[in-house]
Amino acid sequence: MTKKIKKVVILGSAAIKIGEAGEFDYSGSQAIKALKEEGVKTILINPNIATIQTSDYLADKVYLLPVTVEFVEKILKKENPDGILLSFGGQTALNCGLELYDQGILKKHGIKVLGTPVETIRNTEDREKFNNSLNEIQVKYPKSKAVGSVEEAHAFAEEIGYPVMLRIAYALGGLGSGVCRNKKQLIDRAGKAFSYTTQILIEEWLGGWKEVEYEVVRDKYDNCITVCNMENVDPLGIHTGESIVVAPSQTLSNSEYHKLREIGIRVIRHLGVVGECNIQYALDPFSEDYRVIEVNARLSRSSALASKATGYPLAFIAAKLGMGYGLHELSNAITETSAFFEPALDYIVVKMPRWDLKKFRNVSRRIGSAMKSVGEVMAIGRNFEETLQKAIRMLGTGAKGLVANEKFVTASLEDSLTKPSDERLFAVVDAFKQGYSIDWVYDLTKIDVWFLNKIKNVVDVCLRLNDGETLDEELLLTAKKMGYSDEQLAVVTQKDEEEIYKMRQEANIHPFIKQIDTVAAEYPAKTNYLYLTYEGIEDDYTEKHRDAAIILGGGPYRIGSSVEFDWCCVIAGKTVRESGKTAIMINCNPETVSTDYDEFDALFFEELTFETVREIYNKVDPEGFILSMGGQIPNNLAVRLHENGLRILGTETKYIDRAENRSHFSAMLDDLEIKQPKWKALTDTASALKFSSNVGYPVLIRPSYVLSGAAMAVATGDTELKKFLQAAADVSKEYPVVISKFYENAKELEFDAVAQDGKIICYAISEHVENAGVHSGDATLVLPPQRTYFETERQIRKTSAKIAKNLNINGPFNIQYIAKNNEVRVIECNLRASRSFPFVSKTLNKNFIEIATKVILGKKQEKIRIPLYDYEYVAVKAPQFSFTRLRGADPATGVEMSSTGEVACLGDNFHEAFIKALISVGFKFPVKSILISSGPVESKAELLDGIKALSDMGTSIYATGGTSDFLKKHDVPNKMLYWPLDEKQPGVVEYLKKGSIDLVINIPKNYNEDELTNDYTIRRTAVDYAVPLITNRQVAMRLFEALPKTTIDSLKIKSWDEYKV
Amino acid sequence: MNAKLILENGMSFEGKAFGAPVSTSGEVVFNTGMVGYPEALTDPSYYGQILTFTYPLIGNYGVPQETEEDITKRRWESPRIQAFGFIISNLSDVHSHWDADMSLDEWLKKEGIPGITGIDTRALTKVLRESGTMLGKIVVNDQDVDFYDPNKDLLIEKVTVKEPIEHGEGDKNILLLDFGCKNSIIANVVKRGFKVIQVPYNYDYSNIKYDGIVLSSGPGDPAQYIFMKDKINAFMKERKPMLGICLGHQLLALSSGAKTYKLGYGHRSQNQPVIDRLSSRAYVTTQNHGYAVDTKTIPSGWISWFENLNDGTNEGLWHKNLPILSTQFHPEAMPGPVDTGFVFDEFKRCF
Ligand SMILES: Nc1ncnc2c1ncn2[C@@H]1O[C@H](COP(=O)(O)OP(=O)(O)O)[C@@H](O)[C@H]1O
Ligand SMILES: Nc1ncnc2c1ncn2[C@@H]1O[C@H](COP(=O)(O)OP(=O)(O)O)[C@@H](O)[C@H]1O
Ligand SMILES: [Mg+2]
Ligand SMILES: [Mg+2]
Repeated sequence: MTKKIKKVVILGSAAIKIGEAGEFDYSGSQAIKALKEEGVKTILINPNIATIQTSDYLADKVYLLPVTVEFVEKILKKENPDGILLSFGGQTALNCGLELYDQGILKKHGIKVLGTPVETIRNTEDREKFNNSLNEIQVKYPKSKAVGSVEEAHAFAEEIGYPVMLRIAYALGGLGSGVCRNKKQLIDRAGKAFSYTTQILIEEWLGGWKEVEYEVVRDKYDNCITVCNMENVDPLGIHTGESIVVAPSQTLSNSEYHKLREIGIRVIRHLGVVGECNIQYALDPFSEDYRVIEVNARLSRSSALASKATGYPLAFIAAKLGMGYGLHELSNAITETSAFFEPALDYIVVKMPRWDLKKFRNVSRRIGSAMKSVGEVMAIGRNFEETLQKAIRMLGTGAKGLVANEKFVTASLEDSLTKPSDERLFAVVDAFKQGYSIDWVYDLTKIDVWFLNKIKNVVDVCLRLNDGETLDEELLLTAKKMGYSDEQLAVVTQKDEEEIYKMRQEANIHPFIKQIDTVAAEYPAKTNYLYLTYEGIEDDYTEKHRDAAIILGGGPYRIGSSVEFDWCCVIAGKTVRESGKTAIMINCNPETVSTDYDEFDALFFEELTFETVREIYNKVDPEGFILSMGGQIPNNLAVRLHENGLRILGTETKYIDRAENRSHFSAMLDDLEIKQPKWKALTDTASALKFSSNVGYPVLIRPSYVLSGAAMAVATGDTELKKFLQAAADVSKEYPVVISKFYENAKELEFDAVAQDGKIICYAISEHVENAGVHSGDATLVLPPQRTYFETERQIRKTSAKIAKNLNINGPFNIQYIAKNNEVRVIECNLRASRSFPFVSKTLNKNFIEIATKVILGKKQEKIRIPLYDYEYVAVKAPQFSFTRLRGADPATGVEMSSTGEVACLGDNFHEAFIKALISVGFKFPVKSILISSGPVESKAELLDGIKALSDMGTSIYATGGTSDFLKKHDVPNKMLYWPLDEKQPGVVEYLKKGSIDLVINIPKNYNEDELTNDYTIRRTAVDYAVPLITNRQVAMRLFEALPKTTIDSLKIKSWDEYKV
Repeated sequence: MNAKLILENGMSFEGKAFGAPVSTSGEVVFNTGMVGYPEALTDPSYYGQILTFTYPLIGNYGVPQETEEDITKRRWESPRIQAFGFIISNLSDVHSHWDADMSLDEWLKKEGIPGITGIDTRALTKVLRESGTMLGKIVVNDQDVDFYDPNKDLLIEKVTVKEPIEHGEGDKNILLLDFGCKNSIIANVVKRGFKVIQVPYNYDYSNIKYDGIVLSSGPGDPAQYIFMKDKINAFMKERKPMLGICLGHQLLALSSGAKTYKLGYGHRSQNQPVIDRLSSRAYVTTQNHGYAVDTKTIPSGWISWFENLNDGTNEGLWHKNLPILSTQFHPEAMPGPVDTGFVFDEFKRCF
């Protein structure tokens, strides 16, 4: 035990982005718990305010500041800790840590890197060093060469022959990597790559080999274990984060399994990892030949998955090892046996990625060696068919399983099998439906025959039923064992779901509760980490809890629903337990803290579907459900659960429906004489056109009952309107399309609150920097409001109180308002926690969720006055976009949400908080050069003063044609750059590629979809070459005001509690 | 075809028959390893037992053909399936592996061994782990059979080789007393440059010249075989290097005066953690035993070499002044982790 370590800094992973999601909230939180157990003072640096790790009850101190060398160094100076943890905050923390080390900052302040030494990290991240160390122990890796220039890259590719794999050092999620089949592709890829890295790797392409991963743990005594192995269903060539993954491996023999295990241990010992790491292999499907693909010497997505898959708390143990413990000195919390052991599973786990590619215009749907998925789910079962079908439903994309979905449409089946996309699995299903053979599908996909056969088994049951075979008891049981949901069977047999459920009840066919115990029942265990399966004869868990609240989680992270809802769920669970009741969680997202079984009295790692939660409810017989914490998925179940007589805690269901159902809601607003945008629910185009011309364009088109504005759009004229109506139609047939008057140049505000018996207990009003028209999830939020009329706030308070009273709200709720010349209108109202609850709770230092949960449990709450005007600071929440990874997508914001995460920073004034927040999401500061194409004339005029100020302070201004002339006319010196289409020099694109521009301001001409190619190209190039981009006029203006008033030193290094009043 | 698993305590589990369509009986045991059914089923230690795999998906990668002459290349642990029956949750309907020659079902048919699938192996295991030993039978097509208690038989008699067999080349000869030896034990010794002479446990080896001895693993309650005591003590007097594995380890302990006892929870897995008390390094090991050497009774001449990190039970012995060592776990693995192959190196170092 390294005794002297008393104070430790932990680096977080900042905002959630593609490739770095909630898994690092999980690992960071575990690390903090582990260190606190040791009596170590913990200091967390992470601007992601929605995380659990930034809660006040975990780390001793939290800095909501950027995880960049500049900021971290200042914090280290201020705190002078003894040690630092780099491996719990993903690649963000790791890269920052390496830089701190290289610049001698850690040395200077005498700070010890706990766990894996920096040299080891370096030897895994630098591909050339890595390959050399593998050489030293005769371990095989793909023929490869690290190169520093496009020319070198091409030369080596010629040498080993195309196709080649291009990969990038110090990147994660396979950023920028991919197969290059010819010289052109190589030169293009390599060019982009070198814009954010100095080294790339060209290597032998092993597409089609099995991809296998091991999670390896090692302590400083050189004790070493592999906690879990995983096999990718999608063979090599598709990123593990994009692959369907099973644990444990299914097609490996004993000798293959242990050969790779032994190599893993040999490699990790040789590298000298101390803590947890992940090793990835390519395994030849036709021999025992193998290659080591990479080692991630840190906690990763896979290690979060492995922890949930096995019940082995990898991050927690890794932190302890970092403190100097040996594995043999620690114990397995579940069985109280030694932590030095390898879990034995008696179930199978399937992980599936969740993509949101449909949300982005012009983005390619193809998947490959770079990550595009925004989240994932994990399903547990006793056979592959059951588990895979569960996983598909857990994704919440509308798919009911492998079969019984909306018709899968594809130009060419062959293409969709050979060229993997987010829908390949359904192409496989289609192939079997059309009678193609397993071998045929194998040849096109290289997915192992074992997996294909299981998929076919599921399809066959469906075909049998299609051929009119009757669904008797035996077939029903078979189908359930293959993971068919009642709904699926209903669709296939043209019955309704409730009929199937009745049949099951008569035949007494119900799932059984099985326990995850890490030892496959060899010894007794006492966790309540549970799942359901139809393969069984008894329940492991038979307790009934009349006092239990079953909290429904948020499901997979996706655009519009992320870690913020996980925070709500965890806080709710904590509050339920603290009030002496039983807290039970249902969730299926391995990247979360809410799926740590010790956060609740019982955790069901299960589907959030009506069928499943009813089965669990019937077994547990709880007091009721809490539906208002996990976002829209639980909320959508309310009506159905209620109709079937299941108890729901909190606001009555009829009111939830009244708020969610637009016509009911709007009728209520009319009664209450509350203003709302003119709207109409329409079912045919003719009346839609008529309505729109009456209220006047632009209009907003939106389907009801959706979160994150799926398929919402603004139409500026008849033609657009027609186009969108088709699009909207296939999103949700049950509900008509709603068209409302779209208000331009209006302010948008969020009202987050908790009410009891219709009386508001506490509330917060946050203002958007952007005008209405930018989805609230993509908007920059400010609290307390800085530019809102007192009168507007007063109207909002009054209106909200009326609504709360009329919906007799008991729990959390959120109302969105637009305000224009002191007239407020209600956009929507959700009777559940909203995205901004962690933000307002932490900023105001009043836990809205804790209060809401007490209300839901029926505990009387006093009204809480929050004296906003006494707050000596301002908080700004900024969105994080992941456009870099979404090749082709247009990085412009609109009514459709497109950000993947968020950060929030505090400051003594708006400017400080705003700049800190922007730096946290990747803006360069100070800004030395800026490119402006300012769009419509009114915005040119608006931006003028700001641009003047910047140029006065010596920022070099570049501008595109129109803007340049305009600026010259108002004598602002600037350099004109040609539009991409002009193909003249000096051109915008070249300047961006050269990296001679720090910031791009590109204001789209309007909200409408078909952007001028020029604007699109500028935005896209900026994103591809990692140049910060602003596409919103208000944000640009605020930034122009802030920059002159801000210096690096004016950005104060204050921890969260230094702001608390 | 329907089949039933019936336990001596009266419990009965419905399932489907696979493999040979015959009924069988024996002692019902389980193993929590997630891979290695071909290796496990051919391990003579399972003779007379009906083996349950707790991992639910079995048969995925089929079964490799055993045609290898060279023992160091063999895929099976003995020439036949030794278990009397196989209990699983989910038999894979297809197998997929480059090295497979037949499906698990075909293999069991060929070998005349019945299997039962569709069993809640977790529920079963919870019963087995609590009952010290549990007899049971797989009844196929209602052809009932009597319970059979293998522990009443002299099991090593049934699994030992009939005639001496020589393996490998080397200037030093190792005499291997076969109590039901696994191929990979021999393979590991051969690979280290020895010639191994595998003899029946009760063979008269007086006119065999040997330089070291291996006491193999095997089935049954060690106390049953106390009659080996004199032989083993004679070996000790010869001061020749000697290695005992599993049953061999227990017999070595018994012969030198230690006692064995039945474990509350047997070790039936591939993830058993042991710590080397000499190097204080920990290793993951393969184990399959219900009896253990009582640490308190280990004679003064011995060091408790390995101990189990879970329950502290003895996992190995090393003699203080004789070149004699032994392990309760299986350093040859197969199936399981290969962390402890160095035990054979230690043995070699004794020469
Ligand atoms: N030589 C190769 N041939 C084919 N595919 C590869 C090769 N190397 C890596 N890949 C694929 O690219 C993916 C990403 O590569 P990896 O090194 O794991 O990057 P990351 O650090 O993003 O995980 C892998 O999951 C694998 O599917
Ligand atoms: N009538 C309107 N006028 C202007 N902007 C609007 C109007 N209605 C909605 N918006 C914009 O669209 C965004 C999404 O609308 P909203 O109803 O909140 O969808 P979601 O249910 O996805 O949150 C809002 O945040 C707001 O910026
Ligand atoms: Mg990887
Ligand atoms: Mg909204």
